[in-house]
Amino acid sequence: MFSGFMLNAWAAATIVGVVAGVVGFFTVLRGSAFAAHAIPNGAFAGAAGAALIGANAIAGLGTFSILGALGIGALGRRARNDVASALAIVMMLGLGALFLSMTTEYAPETYSLLFGEVLGVASSELLPSAVIGIVAVAAVLALYRPLMLSSVAPDVAAARGISTQRMEVCFLLVIGLTTSAAVPVVGTLLTFSLLISPAAAARSFTSHPGVAMGLAVLISLSTVWGAIAVSFVSNLPVGFFVGSFGALSYAAGRAWHSCMHRPPRVRLG
Amino acid sequence: MSAIVTSFTGGVFGPGFFSSPPVHVALVVGGVVAVVSGVVGTFTVMRGQSFAGHALSDIGTAGGAAAFLLGISPLFGFTAMNVAAAGVMETIGIRRPRGRDLATGIVLGAGLGLAAAFLFLGTTETSTTGAAVNVLFGSVFTLPTSIVPVIGIFGAVALALIAVLYRPLVLSSLSSDLASARGVPVRLVGLGHLLALALAVSLSAVTIGAILSTALLIGPPAAALRLTKRTGWAIVVSCAIGLVATWGGVLASYDSYYWPPTHHGWPVSFFVVTLVLAFYVLAGAITKARA
Amino acid sequence: MAVPRAGSTLSQAGTDAGRAEVLTVRGLSVSLGGREVLHQVSFSMAPGEVTGLIGSNGAGKTTLLRAILGLVTPTSGEVLIAGRPRSRRNPLVGYVPQRLTLDPDIPLRARDLVGLGLDGHRFGAPWPSAARRASIDQALAGVDATHLAGARVGKLSGGEQQRIMIAQALISRPRLLLLDEPLANLDIRNEGEVVALLARIAATEHVAVLISAHDMNPLLGFMDRVVYIAAGRATSGTAEEVVQTETLSALYGHRVDVVHVNGRVLVVAGREDSHAHCDGGP
Repeated sequence: MFSGFMLNAWAAATIVGVVAGVVGFFTVLRGSAFAAHAIPNGAFAGAAGAALIGANAIAGLGTFSILGALGIGALGRRARNDVASALAIVMMLGLGALFLSMTTEYAPETYSLLFGEVLGVASSELLPSAVIGIVAVAAVLALYRPLMLSSVAPDVAAARGISTQRMEVCFLLVIGLTTSAAVPVVGTLLTFSLLISPAAAARSFTSHPGVAMGLAVLISLSTVWGAIAVSFVSNLPVGFFVGSFGALSYAAGRAWHSCMHRPPRVRLG
Repeated sequence: MSAIVTSFTGGVFGPGFFSSPPVHVALVVGGVVAVVSGVVGTFTVMRGQSFAGHALSDIGTAGGAAAFLLGISPLFGFTAMNVAAAGVMETIGIRRPRGRDLATGIVLGAGLGLAAAFLFLGTTETSTTGAAVNVLFGSVFTLPTSIVPVIGIFGAVALALIAVLYRPLVLSSLSSDLASARGVPVRLVGLGHLLALALAVSLSAVTIGAILSTALLIGPPAAALRLTKRTGWAIVVSCAIGLVATWGGVLASYDSYYWPPTHHGWPVSFFVVTLVLAFYVLAGAITKARA
Repeated sequence: MAVPRAGSTLSQAGTDAGRAEVLTVRGLSVSLGGREVLHQVSFSMAPGEVTGLIGSNGAGKTTLLRAILGLVTPTSGEVLIAGRPRSRRNPLVGYVPQRLTLDPDIPLRARDLVGLGLDGHRFGAPWPSAARRASIDQALAGVDATHLAGARVGKLSGGEQQRIMIAQALISRPRLLLLDEPLANLDIRNEGEVVALLARIAATEHVAVLISAHDMNPLLGFMDRVVYIAAGRATSGTAEEVVQTETLSALYGHRVDVVHVNGRVLVVAGREDSHAHCDGGP
C-alpha cells in the first residue's frame, strides 16, 4: 500500500485534502455550494477542448475554471446566484459536448476526469497541483478577514470599502484554482464532495472559526486517506468511499450537534 | 415564387427532416421534456432551488447505473434514486434559505460517490466506457419509439402534481411565512415540488442527458421570469421558449451533418444550450429597454 | 441603565452655529433609477448627540444612511464627516445594518464578529494577541454582552445580535454611529434597553448617534434632535421644534395633526373624512 506509485497517491491526496478543507470552509460559510459544483464540472469541458487542439489538459482545465468563475460572477450581478451557476455550467458543458463530438480519442479519459484516478497519479502531475494548491490556500488566508466580513455582514463590509461583488469574484477564482489543482488528481465530482462535506461537518463540532477551518482540513484529509486505503483493499473506486465518508462525517456532525444542544435553549426576544 | 419558398425551406430543413422516424421521436420527446421542464422549472427558479434541480440530474446517474447492473430500465432507476434524494434533501433542510445549497450539496456528494461505484461495476462487467458520457450528454436521436408512452406518463404525473399544488406552491414560493399563516402545509408543499422536480429531471436526464435537463429546467423559466412577474404567464412563456430552443436545436443538429469539420453532426445539447442562453440574454435586453 | 435625558439639554437648543459638527449634510439630493428619493436634505450632528431619523417605510431613511456611508452617489449636495468630504473606508463612521441573515450553524462566535469590526477590512487572518483580546472584551462589556462572547452568532436572538453588532461598530472608536432601524424586530423590553444603551454610549464615548426608526416613541426622551423625513424631504431640529402640527404639515404638504396621548406622540392625517392613521410615524 505504500510502495512506488502509491506514494504519489498519498502525496496527491494530502495536497487535495488540505486545499479542499481550507477553501471548503469558506464555500460552506458563503453558501457557494452550487458554484463549487459548477466550476469543476464545467471545467471538464476545458480538458475536452484541450484534447481537441492537442494542448495540456491542466491548461484547458485552468482556462475553463477561470472563465467559469468570471462567467458566474458576471451573470450573478443581475440574476440570482443559483441561476447564474446553472447557466454557467450548462454553457460550459454544452461546449464540452461540442468538443467531445469533434474528437474520437477522448471518451476513455472521461471517466477518470469525472471520477478521478488518484491511484494512477504521475509524479509529473504532483508539482503543478501542489503549486496551484498553495496559491489557492495563500489567497484564502490573505483574504480571510474581508471574505469573512463580506459573508457575514455585506452592508458593513461595503461601508468599510470592501466591495461585495469583488470579494465574490475573488472567491470564485479561488474555487477555480482549487479545481485546477484537484481535478487532475481526484476528478471533478470528488473535488466537489471534498469542498462541501468536511467543512459542513466541521461546523457542527465548533463555533470557533479557526478551529472549524482546521477541523475541515483534518476531516477532509482523513476522508481522502481513508478512501484510498479502503479502495486499495476492496478494489472499489476511491470516489465511492470519498462520497460515503463525506456524508457519514456530516451525519456524525449533526448527531453530535443535536446531542450537545439538547434540551433546546429557551430564548427571549 | 414557390421555387424560392421551396429552396428556402429546403435550406432550413435538411433533406428528409420531416420523414425521418428518429427525428419524429426526438421532436416528440424533446417537446414533452421542454413543457414539463418549463412548468416545473418556473417554480424551481422562483423557489431558488436551481441547484437541487441540477443536482438531481447528476444524482440520478447513480440510479441509472444501478438499473443497468440490475438489468431494469434506467428510467426507473433514475426516478427511484431521485425520489429518495429529494426526500433526504428535504430532511436535511432545503427549506431554510441559507441551508438550501448545503442540503443539496451533501446529497449530491454522496450520490456522486454511489454513481462512481455503480459505473465502475458496470464498466468492469461489460465494456461500456461510454456509459458516463452517454448519461451526461444524452443522445436524442437514438431513442426508441417505445419510450414515448412512458415519457408521456411520467410527464403527466409531474404536471398533475404541480396542477394540484398550484396555488399553495405560488403562495409558499412568494413567502413561506405568509403561506403558513394561511394554513398551507409549507413543508408538504415543498416536498411535493421536490417530487415533481425529481420526476421531471429523471425523464429529461434519461432521454436527453443531464446538460439539457438543467438547461431546459432553469434557462427558459429564468428568461420568462425576467419578462413577466405573473406566475401563469411565466409558465406559458417558459414552455414556449423551451419548445423553440429544443426543436430549433434538433433541427440545427440534423442540418449540421452537412457542416464542417467532421460531417457527422454537431451535438443537439450544444445548440439547445446556445439557444436557451440567447433567449435569456434577449429577455434581459428587453427588460432593460422597457425600463 | 442611563437616566433619560430631556430633549435639548446637550444640543444648545438646536442652534447650528458654533457647534463642532461630526456630520454635516448639506442640500443632499439622491436619485435612484430616475426617481428622486431624497430632495435637498440638510442637517448636522454634534458629538454626544442622539439624533432620531424618523419616517415611514419608503420615506428615504435607508437611502440617506447609505448616502452618508458613501454607498450611493448623490446627484447634488455634500456630506461632510468631521468637516471633511467623506471617503470610503472611513474609520470615523460605524454602521449597524438593519438585520443580519445568518445561518444558525455558522462557525463564528460573538467575539469573532466584534473582532471583524476592529480589523475586518485588513488582509490576512487575525493573529490572537492580548491587546486584541482586551479591546474585544472591552467592546462587549460596553454593550453588556460579556456573557455572550463565546456564543455562536447565528443562535443568538435578534436583540442579542443587535448588541453584538453595536459592539462591532464601536470597537474601531468611530465619532459617528449609524443604526438602520435597530428597534425593528425587538420586543418592548429589548427596545427600551437598546435605546438606553445607545444614549449611554453617546454620552460616555462622546459619539454622535443616528438612529433610524419608523416609530419615534421608543426614542422620545433620549433624542437630542430629530430629522423627520417624508417623501424624500426632511426637516430637523429638537423634538419640540419638529414634532408639532405646523412643521410636519409643511413637510407633508398637507395637514397632519400631532397628538399627545399618555406621553406618546401620534402623527395623524388631518383630513376630516380620512381614516386616522395612528402610529408614531406618518
